[in-house]
Amino acid sequence: MKSLSADAILKAVGRVRGGVMPAHNKLTAEMESVRIAPPERVVLPMQQHIGAPCMPTVKVGDTVSIGQVIGDTDKYVSAPIHASVSGKVVSVADVRLANGRMAPAVTIENDGEDRLFEGIAPPKVTNREELLQAVRASGLVGLGGAGFPTHVKLNFPADKNVDTLVVNAAECEPYITVDYRECMENAENILGGVYLLADLLQFKQVVICVEDNKPKAIEVLKSIADKDLHEGNKVRLMTLKSKYPQGAEKMMVLSATGRVVPAGKLPADAGCVVMNVGSVAFVNRYLTTGKPLTSRTVTVSGDCIKEPKNIRVPVGTSVHQIIDACGGFTKDPVKIIAGGPMMGTALIDTDVPLLKSNNAVLAFSESFCKPERDCIRCGRCHAACPMGLIPTQIENYVHLKDAEMLEKYGIGVCMECGSCSYACPSAKPLVQYMRLAKEIVKEAQTK
Amino acid sequence: MPDENKILTVSASPHVKSKDSTQRIMLDVVIALIPAGLAGCFIFGGKALLVIGLCVFFSVLFEYLSRKIMKRSNTLGDLSAVVTGLLLAYNIPVLDVAKFDGKTWKATVMTVFLCLIGSFFAIVVTKQFFGGLGQNFANPAIVGRIVLLVSFPSAMTAFTVPKAAVDAVTSATPLGVLSDASLFDRAGDIGAQLTQLSGDGYLPDLFSMFIGVKGGCIGEVSGLLILLGGFYLLMRGVISPAIPVSFIGTVSVFMLIAGKGNLPFVAYELLGGGLLLGAIFMATDYTTSPITVKGKVIFGIGCGVICSVIRLFGSMAEGVSYAILLMNIACPLIEMLTKPRPFGVEKTKKSKKEGNAA
Repeated sequence: MKSLSADAILKAVGRVRGGVMPAHNKLTAEMESVRIAPPERVVLPMQQHIGAPCMPTVKVGDTVSIGQVIGDTDKYVSAPIHASVSGKVVSVADVRLANGRMAPAVTIENDGEDRLFEGIAPPKVTNREELLQAVRASGLVGLGGAGFPTHVKLNFPADKNVDTLVVNAAECEPYITVDYRECMENAENILGGVYLLADLLQFKQVVICVEDNKPKAIEVLKSIADKDLHEGNKVRLMTLKSKYPQGAEKMMVLSATGRVVPAGKLPADAGCVVMNVGSVAFVNRYLTTGKPLTSRTVTVSGDCIKEPKNIRVPVGTSVHQIIDACGGFTKDPVKIIAGGPMMGTALIDTDVPLLKSNNAVLAFSESFCKPERDCIRCGRCHAACPMGLIPTQIENYVHLKDAEMLEKYGIGVCMECGSCSYACPSAKPLVQYMRLAKEIVKEAQTK
Repeated sequence: MPDENKILTVSASPHVKSKDSTQRIMLDVVIALIPAGLAGCFIFGGKALLVIGLCVFFSVLFEYLSRKIMKRSNTLGDLSAVVTGLLLAYNIPVLDVAKFDGKTWKATVMTVFLCLIGSFFAIVVTKQFFGGLGQNFANPAIVGRIVLLVSFPSAMTAFTVPKAAVDAVTSATPLGVLSDASLFDRAGDIGAQLTQLSGDGYLPDLFSMFIGVKGGCIGEVSGLLILLGGFYLLMRGVISPAIPVSFIGTVSVFMLIAGKGNLPFVAYELLGGGLLLGAIFMATDYTTSPITVKGKVIFGIGCGVICSVIRLFGSMAEGVSYAILLMNIACPLIEMLTKPRPFGVEKTKKSKKEGNAA
C-alpha cells in the first residue's frame, strides 16, 4: 500500500485561473534565520489578530516575564497576547499601528534577563478539545499574514464534514522567505505538527502545497510526506506552478482538492482547513515546549536594506530596530512595507511594532506609484483575476456608485490579492476601487 | 539612517507593478504593422509611403489639436493616434492616376483629401468626441474608412495595379472580380472558373495573393506579412487568438459552403480584401471588443457571419469594415450577456435545482 504514492509528487487537481508573475526576488532564501540582540523595549498592541481585541491584564509598574499573558478577553474569536521580553510594564496606552489606526498597547522595558514565565510547561493534549484549548492558550494566529486565530479555524463544526488539512507552504508573495526557512530549519516540527493535527482532528488526508520554485523545500516536504506514519497514506505533497496568488486560501483548496469554496463561505464549507506551514510547525513546538507565540521569523529585504536577511525577533519589536539589526539603510527609502509587496501595508514611519502576523519588512528606494491613465479595456485585469471578476467594469460602477451592479459583478468574492492592479498597463489602482466598491455595497445594505 | 524629515510614500497595495504600459502595447502594435506597410510601399511604390505618412501626421495633429481645444491633457505619448493613423492608411488604396484623367496632381490632391477627412472622422469624431482613448464606441480607423468609402466610392476603389503584376488585365481587386457576375458565377464549376480567370490575368495566382502582389488597399494586400505581425502580437501577449480565429474561421466555413468545398475559392476569399488585416489588427481593438474570452468568440463569429453575408449576398465586394463596425456597436450587449460567473458563485437558480436533483 505504501509504495502507491509514497514517492509521488502530485500535480494540482484544480487549476487556478489567472494570476500574475511578479519577479520572485527571494534574495534571502538561502540565509539561515538569525536572532538579533534583544530590543530595549517592545510594544504589544492588544489586537494582533482578526476578531475581538484583548484587554490588558497587567498595569504600569508590573514586572512580567517571557510568555506571561498580558492581554486576554473572554470573547471567542480572539487570541491572548503574551509578554515577549522580561521586564517592567512602562505604559498601557494607545499607539499607532502599521495600518495607521490607533490601538491600546502594553509597552514593556526589557530588563535583559530573558526570564521565562514560571507557569510555562508543555500542555497535556490527548483529544480535540484539549488541543483547541492549548492552541488558544498559545496565542497562535495565522502566521501567513492574515492573523486569523488558529483555534477558531480548527474548531470547525462536525456537520461540515471537514476531511482535509491543506498545509500552505506556497509562499507566493515576492521577497518573503519565512515559510521556506521554516521548511529548511524546522522540518521535524512541521512533520510533528502535520501528523499530530491529522490524528487529533481526524483528517482523512493532508495535502502539503508548495510552489515549484523551491526545489530544496520540496525535498524536505517530500520526506515528510513519505514518512507515512498512518495506514493508507494520508499525507501527500503537491507542487504548484509558481504564480501569484497561488497561496491564497481558496486557491489552495482548489489546487489541493479540486473543490470550490462557495462565495462568501470558508474553506470548511468545502471540507478543508488551510494552515500556513509555520503555524503547523508552531503547534508542534508549543505542545513540546509550552512556550507561547512570543517571537517570529521575519524577512527583511528590499533594495534599501544593507544586509537583507531572515531574523527571529520578539513580537512587538519596532520596525526601526529590525531594520537597524540588518545594517540599516544603504540609501534613503521611499517606501517601507510591512508584509509582502503584493498585499503588504505601506508604513508612515518605522516607529511601529511588529505584529504576530507580520512576515516581512521591505524597504524600497522607489515608490512604485505611476500616474493613472485612461483604461484601454485591454482586459488584463480580468485575465489576471483568480476569481474571474472584471475589475475595470467594477471600477465603472464604483464611479456610478451602483451597489446593485457591483454585487452582480461579484465584488463580494474579491480578496484584494492585487493581481489586477499589478497587471494594469494604465497603472490604475484597481484594488483601491475594489475596496471602495465593497464600502459602497456595505453602505447600501445598511440603508 | 534616513533623514528624519523625509516622508515615506504610503499607497494602497500592491506595491509592485508589471512592466506593461499603454505606450508599450501601442508600440508593439506599431511594430507589428510595419512589415505589412513596407510590403505596401514595395508593391505600390512611394505613393503608399505618402499615404501612410499623411494619415499618421493628420491623426497625430488632430489628436493634439482636439485635446488642446477641449482643454484636456496631451495624450500623444500613448501612441494610440499613431496606431489609428497607420490602420487608416492601410485601408486606403494608392490611387490609380489613370482614373484621374491621367493627371498626377489630381490624384495627389485627392489622396491628401482622403487622408485628411479620414483622420478627422477617426480621431476627432469617433475618438475624442466620445471621451478619448478607451471611450470610443467603434474602431476609429474603421469609421474613418467607412466615411471615406461611402463619401468617395469611386476614389476609394481606384486601385492601382501593382507593377509586379505584369499580366494583370484589370485593376479590380480579386474580391471585385469574384463578385462580378459577368466574370464569375458561383453556381457554375468554381474550380475551372478560377483557373480560367487566373490564366487570363483577371485573378493573381494564389502565391501572389499570399505575398501581396494584387490590387487592394495599402496594408491589406500582403497576407504573409500581416500574419507575421499577428504572430508577433500573439507572442507579446498583446492580442488573444480568440477574435482572429473565430472571425477567420467563421468566414472559412461560410466560403467552404458557398464554394461547394472548393479550397482555392476559400483561399481567395481569405486572402482577398481586408479580412486578415481586419481580423488581426482591427477587430482585436481593446476598446471596441469584449473583455471575456466567451465574449470575444461571440464577437468574432458575429464579424465572420456579417462579413460573409455581405460578400456573398450584398452588392458590395467587401464587408469586413461593416462587419467590424456592426459588432463594435453590439459589443456592450455581448458584454452584458457574457458576464462571467465569479469563482464560487453558484449558477442560476435553474441549474442549481438541477444540480440538487442530481
